[in-house]
Amino acid sequence: MPESANLEVHNLVKQYPAVTAVDGVSFAVPEGICFGLLGPNGAGKTTTIEIMEGILPPTSGEVRYRGEPLGPRFREEAGILFQKTALQEFLTVRQSVALFRGLYRHGLNVDEVLNLCALDKLAGRDNRKLSGGQQQRLLLAIALVNDPKVLFLDEPTTGLDPQARRNFWELVESIKARRKTIILTTHYMEEAQLLCEQIAIMDRGRIIAQGPPQRLLREHFAEVLLELPRQEFPEVARRLPLKLIDASDRVEISTDDLDGTLRTLMEARVPLRNLRIRPANLEDLFLELTGKELRA
Amino acid sequence: MIKRLLAVWHARNLEFLRDRPTLLFTLLLPLGIVIAMGFVFGGPPRPLFKVGLLGTGAGSAHHPFLHERYVQFVPVQDEAAGLYEVTHQRIDLLLDLTGAARYWVNTDSPKGYIVEKLLIASDPGARRLPVTGQAVPYVSWLFPGVLAMNMMFSCLFGVGYVVLRYRKSGFLKRLHATPLSAFEFLTAQVLSRLSLIIFVTAVLYAGIGAIIHFHSAGSFALLLLIAVIGSLSMIALGLTVAARFASEEVVGGLLNLLTWPMMLLSGVWFSIEGSPRWVQWVADIFPLTQVIDAARAVMLDGAGIQRITPNLIYLAVTTLVFLAFGAWSFRWRID
Repeated sequence: MPESANLEVHNLVKQYPAVTAVDGVSFAVPEGICFGLLGPNGAGKTTTIEIMEGILPPTSGEVRYRGEPLGPRFREEAGILFQKTALQEFLTVRQSVALFRGLYRHGLNVDEVLNLCALDKLAGRDNRKLSGGQQQRLLLAIALVNDPKVLFLDEPTTGLDPQARRNFWELVESIKARRKTIILTTHYMEEAQLLCEQIAIMDRGRIIAQGPPQRLLREHFAEVLLELPRQEFPEVARRLPLKLIDASDRVEISTDDLDGTLRTLMEARVPLRNLRIRPANLEDLFLELTGKELRA
Repeated sequence: MIKRLLAVWHARNLEFLRDRPTLLFTLLLPLGIVIAMGFVFGGPPRPLFKVGLLGTGAGSAHHPFLHERYVQFVPVQDEAAGLYEVTHQRIDLLLDLTGAARYWVNTDSPKGYIVEKLLIASDPGARRLPVTGQAVPYVSWLFPGVLAMNMMFSCLFGVGYVVLRYRKSGFLKRLHATPLSAFEFLTAQVLSRLSLIIFVTAVLYAGIGAIIHFHSAGSFALLLLIAVIGSLSMIALGLTVAARFASEEVVGGLLNLLTWPMMLLSGVWFSIEGSPRWVQWVADIFPLTQVIDAARAVMLDGAGIQRITPNLIYLAVTTLVFLAFGAWSFRWRID
């Protein structure tokens, strides 16, 4: 494990009576980066992150924070945003933040946190009367109230509309600028690509790829991807000397020779009117590694 | 419309029937209450009169009055205690058979008047010693019981359901991710509920007391002490119930299982003195019985600290036991 690792996960296993949710996961999160745990629903991301947060005991394996097992220091220095959290009812936004501020010895003052999460104007509002995006900002404010050194965000933008999601990303970017270590789980590849310096892709409780997103993409893909609708891709074209990836509604062709590939397709009379050319992304990487789509 | 109505009716029936704990409690709770009441109030016809007896030696056993039907004879510790009982009309007559038969009868008591006739019929030579004194009005006797019962509901349901709701909503899980310990959380819950209960009870005491013109015979400080320690014990009991469960049905059922017997057997509405001995032992286990007994002693009889110390010790010990068990079995989240 790297010496500068902020969090280290050693061979984590979590077994339930009918299923092994996490099956021998190991990785290290260096200080000051945003680390993404990616995978479809049921891949084991939330179980892994909850073990890392000290909420869930592992069946075997270990999590170390700054070289030590999780303990009181970790509780003081970690900020957590769960996938689903209810707050105490009948409290305003300010009172909700103040409640959690009171549980830590050190941290930011309440006004500072409200300002950081753009909640100043909502400070007096009942926490039950917030929109989805505002609610997530409040939960983020609560996660930041102790000025954490390590911040866990478990699917923070699931269920938010695109605008609220973009606003939340901007907020996370501003937190990143404060050199916090962030562990993010998501099944939005765009989110991971935008925010994470390193990622680990999980499927069925295991890590199937790990590293910086751009490096992983370079390793697995040539320069560009060509996308064609599946129903417009003739069966005979499957015999062409092309690297094909089957998605549910489309066929993708990975190539570093765009001109040559286009020529081959035209010679084979493949209809190209709906052709789309784009760089590969993490969604393609997941498809390449598992043979299935991330949001399937 | 009928089709839609039937669809909802059918689905709701299935929901009810498949919710086993609720169904079970719906069926078993009334059955249990009827059986319990049968035990408490069943048996042979109750005596009509209660006579306190001084001097229960072998010689006194032949006194003809002792063979009267429908009269219950209760041994009395000494003359002073007996006189206290007869002047407060808790017994209908006090009979002393240690020497020549003599008796005290409360001339304000209708039942005393009749039972005196029975005594004179069997022993015309018994010496009459009249006393006076009003019985404690039922509303005054009921007042401490109702206050204590209100405390019990607030302690058990107020704490039990709140902790359960926090657990189900994930709020407890969120708190678990902070430096807050289970002990700190539970203690905060206890103190918060305690301060609310004491405030509400004080308001009720003053308000209802003013309406029924009730004046406590004993010290307010002692009443406060009883309210604090009694509330602590019952809050801690509520926490033990809510410590690990995540189902409203189970917690609701357990809370009902605790509150109903307490409400019936702790002497809130009526004295259980005449019920079988084992019923009284069971009643004595309940914290509510101890609270009511101590509160009535202070409020009605003006009892001092010495008289209520055993009640307070019992309540303090149960508080510690319930809290220790609650902290040990506490779960932050649903497994």
